[in-house]
Amino acid sequence: MNKKILEVKNLTKKFGDVTAVNTISFSIDRGEIFGVVGPNGAGKTTTIKILTTLLPPTSGEALIGGYNVVKNATKVRRIIGYVPQMLSADGNLTGYENLLIFAKLYDIPSKERKKRIIDSLHFMGLTDVADKMVKSFSGGMIRRLEIAQAVLHNPKVLILDEPTVGLDPGARDSVWEYVKTLAGKGTTVLMTTHYMEEADAMCSRVAIMNRGNIAALGSPHDLKISIGDDGASLNKVFEYYIGKNLDSGVSEGNFKDVSRTRRTTKRLG
Amino acid sequence: MYQEQDALPKDSADFALSDNINPLKWIANFISKTLVITELEVRKLSHDPTELFTRALQPALWMLVFGEVFTRVRAIPTGNMTYLDFMAPGILAQSVLFVAIFYGISIIWERDLGIVHKFLASPTPRTALVLGKALSAGVRAISQAVIIYLLSLMLSVKLSWAPANLIEILFVVIISAALFSTFSLIIACIVKTRERFMGIGQVLTMPLFFASNAIYPISIMPDWLKAIAHFNPLTYEVDALRTLMISGGNSQYGLPFDFAFLIFSMIILTIIAAIVYPSIAR
Repeated sequence: MNKKILEVKNLTKKFGDVTAVNTISFSIDRGEIFGVVGPNGAGKTTTIKILTTLLPPTSGEALIGGYNVVKNATKVRRIIGYVPQMLSADGNLTGYENLLIFAKLYDIPSKERKKRIIDSLHFMGLTDVADKMVKSFSGGMIRRLEIAQAVLHNPKVLILDEPTVGLDPGARDSVWEYVKTLAGKGTTVLMTTHYMEEADAMCSRVAIMNRGNIAALGSPHDLKISIGDDGASLNKVFEYYIGKNLDSGVSEGNFKDVSRTRRTTKRLG
Repeated sequence: MYQEQDALPKDSADFALSDNINPLKWIANFISKTLVITELEVRKLSHDPTELFTRALQPALWMLVFGEVFTRVRAIPTGNMTYLDFMAPGILAQSVLFVAIFYGISIIWERDLGIVHKFLASPTPRTALVLGKALSAGVRAISQAVIIYLLSLMLSVKLSWAPANLIEILFVVIISAALFSTFSLIIACIVKTRERFMGIGQVLTMPLFFASNAIYPISIMPDWLKAIAHFNPLTYEVDALRTLMISGGNSQYGLPFDFAFLIFSMIILTIIAAIVYPSIAR
């Protein structure tokens, strides 16, 4: 049996003259939490958009569960769960309704729907606020609701784009805990982040991306050993491979990235 | 490579439609997904229906001020109809247009929040996403029809209450709102930002409205404007509404042609929208 649940082969995406993703290849095994780290503009979100079937690649291919993300897009969509970077739960619906709509879109049979939604709200610690409007939720609660929404149909791969951006440390820790629990139950997780400590705490393997390329790939421990210092922080590793630290990289994000991040933060209030 | 039974989790295998698609199943799936999207919008509206009331102001102003004044002036030839009778269906069409034409804004808003991305990453047919939204514009537009009927009663417009007419009006209102909201969605997918959309929204709404028979007959227009008006779906919407809504109303183009034009435009726009909609998430 093939252990690889997700395979990316020579994937390239060009926007005009700009190469956002440059012939990258990697694969993810079942049950892994795989992290893609890098500054804004490194190509993380473009990669995620290709894997979630939102954006066709210029060349190369990506397979999830053996299905091609372009040719078998609908099948891929059935086996992935996706949480976008921005807080995307609908504020004008209740928590329960947000899940109900997705339960229907993913064809969860009507007799199972209610139970699954209630279980899922319970698992994410949102039972008490199920019937409250989402616009009254805190950022961490919205994020947990979105994860609940994305795993309602038991996807094989959960894809999280910057899951903790803009969250306070407490909310961040609880998101980490839920994601780890999901992975423990057998869901493969692919997440992007630009927080190195997040990658270090969560991921079984990490790909460091910079300017559309994968600069290094391995477990956090192996990456540290690769720079000859197994006591180093991942930030050190990042500096070693990218030639600068992550904070200076952030300023390279284009206007769109920055304004999106700000907007997300603002919504979190 | 994966074995088929290995690649799909049990759940997905149970729910997935098979690859050799049965057309009946496909249609059933398409309709049910379209209705889920409409349900989503209607639920949002039911939590906060205030916008339906604030929208009553504009048609009230048109009918009370513009309508009353022009009825007195008798500047516009409306045959054997009073001007208010003539314009009431036009104002209904206008309200429907205004409800629908700013749908694009909410699409751009949803794109900025990542909501569009989540729906596009789900196995929902693109056409169902587009049509579901369009139908919800229809639901909003029905509330406008109720308001215009109330205003018309107040102003003693000669309304027709034949049940068949009312049902047909409902259909015209829904399909027209769907049509213009889909048009708006296409524009939103092309311009992609709120600022640009606001500019273009204004530029499109006024010509659509004035290059139609909504508040004056096409016969008084200069030839070039007549030509445009004949391709404007609003013209056929107004013609159908005027025929059905006003007692003794006559259709200029014939109801079957009005309906055919509206349905045909809707189909074309829905196909275009389903093609361009995914580009908004890129």
